Amino acid sequence: MADVRPWSDEPAAVSRPELLAVQGAGVTKLKVEDLSFFYGKFKALNDVSFEIPEKRITAIIGPSGCGKSTLLRVFNRMYDLVPNSHAEGKVMLDSENVVTTRKLLELRQRVGMVFQRPSPFPMSIRDNIAFAPRLLGWKDKRIKTAVEESLERAALLDEVKDRLGDPATSLSGGQQQRLAIARCIAVSPEVILMDEPCSALDPVATLKIEDLMATLTHDFTIVIVTHNMQQAARVSDFTAFMLMNPGGRYGELIEFAATADIFNQPQDPRTEAYITGRFG
Amino acid sequence: MSRNLRRRYASWTSLVVMYVLTVLALVPLGLVLWFTVAKGLPSVIHPQFFFNSELPPCEPKCPAVSNAGVGHAIVGTGIIVGIASLIAIPIGVLGGIFLAEYRIARWSNWVRLASDVLVGTPSIAIGLFAYAFLVVPFHHFSAYSGSVALAVLMLPIVARTTEGAVSLIPNGLRESGLALGLPRWRVSLQLILPAAAPGVITGALLAVARAAGETAPLLFTAFGAHILEWDPGMPMQALPLTVYKYALLPYKSLQAQAWGAALVLIVMVLAINLVSRYVLRRQIALAGQL
Repeated sequence: MADVRPWSDEPAAVSRPELLAVQGAGVTKLKVEDLSFFYGKFKALNDVSFEIPEKRITAIIGPSGCGKSTLLRVFNRMYDLVPNSHAEGKVMLDSENVVTTRKLLELRQRVGMVFQRPSPFPMSIRDNIAFAPRLLGWKDKRIKTAVEESLERAALLDEVKDRLGDPATSLSGGQQQRLAIARCIAVSPEVILMDEPCSALDPVATLKIEDLMATLTHDFTIVIVTHNMQQAARVSDFTAFMLMNPGGRYGELIEFAATADIFNQPQDPRTEAYITGRFG
Repeated sequence: MSRNLRRRYASWTSLVVMYVLTVLALVPLGLVLWFTVAKGLPSVIHPQFFFNSELPPCEPKCPAVSNAGVGHAIVGTGIIVGIASLIAIPIGVLGGIFLAEYRIARWSNWVRLASDVLVGTPSIAIGLFAYAFLVVPFHHFSAYSGSVALAVLMLPIVARTTEGAVSLIPNGLRESGLALGLPRWRVSLQLILPAAAPGVITGALLAVARAAGETAPLLFTAFGAHILEWDPGMPMQALPLTVYKYALLPYKSLQAQAWGAALVLIVMVLAINLVSRYVLRRQIALAGQL
């Protein structure tokens, strides 16, 4: 798969003025180069290459089993938990190769993750956010500001400021997911990975998370995996479309472009078939 | 119509059979409780039974119970089981976490097998082990050696219930912790373990209940004593030993003591079991919320 880099593609940028701004801001945050991934002998991803721009929202879409979650889990080495799995190729986070780095804990602080299930820790709302900073040995004062600041940035502070001592499990599903986001940004990551963050939420809660994502791009690079094409169209600046190769049974990157392009004039017939709902 | 009748008849019969079998299964429990309560109650109603350590006066002329009591056995059971818990619970909990969190390691299969074998090991053999290692070299019986024997007995129970409780915690919690850049052992000990705490406590309580009722491992380790003893370096009485020794003697008053001690023991174990069931129910509810 060739290097796909829509925001630096000259003709496209010139023909579509909205991409000019993108080109100006288009610093690459995560550069995926010839990435393949294996669960034991089974190949799950084949030769994926693309570049994720900084402080933008990049969506990864595709049907079930195409490897999009696997790809996301390479970015913070979550796959280390799966026995016998390994990645080949490179994922450059600035100048650090994610695949081979020895500073795993530092990497996961730089690349945070929000999961499908919010998984509130069984403790108070405040402690949910303070948990990691405390274990990282931060000073009390710094933790206190981090708690308020991250709740504020996750658009949750107003709803919970009078009951920070309540158990986190008492929050609604949408609030729990925003708490998970607050927990994630408390340790100041640079990239936030989101794995189907809204698939368990109702439309109103989903909308809140989507609004939140838009404001978070001021500070963070966001990569979101979603089943929901409308969501990708609504929130993302760039979209990567993945598909399982029917012969090799592995996931491949089919097309990566500005979201508007993917949805309005996909280059690959398979992308078009997918977004028009002909399969998947 | 006749077919319908036959079906109803079959249904009723099987229902009745089931009820009868259930009652049959409950009969032994009922009998044990009934006998222990009926025979033990006369001894237990005197408060000094719990505090005094004197032997009852001998047959035949004296009344069954005067100021006799099994205070020394209650204290002894507390000390012996307490020390055993101090040894077994920390090791068992850590072992259980290892089993649950690092289930891929080949080591954990061996540990699991070992603990299963240990659960099935006759308690008398465990007592013999403690005798060989802690009584023979020191040339005298001691509560310590009894505690070690009980600890060996408790260890696999604590480890396997801890493993069960930790496995009940959804994987998402573990991943969320790790995704924050926390080391794996800290996630295991400071996030997963507190979440699994009620289940772990259940396991510990069950192990305590089991150990408190064991006689065989104490026979030639703690050995027993007729006086109140606080020093774990010395032989010490325990409730099951009281039951075992006094029940075999031909004196009515001593047999009454044995029944009383058995009642105390049963009530204790029953209470621990009930508490642990309650705690376990909370664990299941908690795990459902995460």
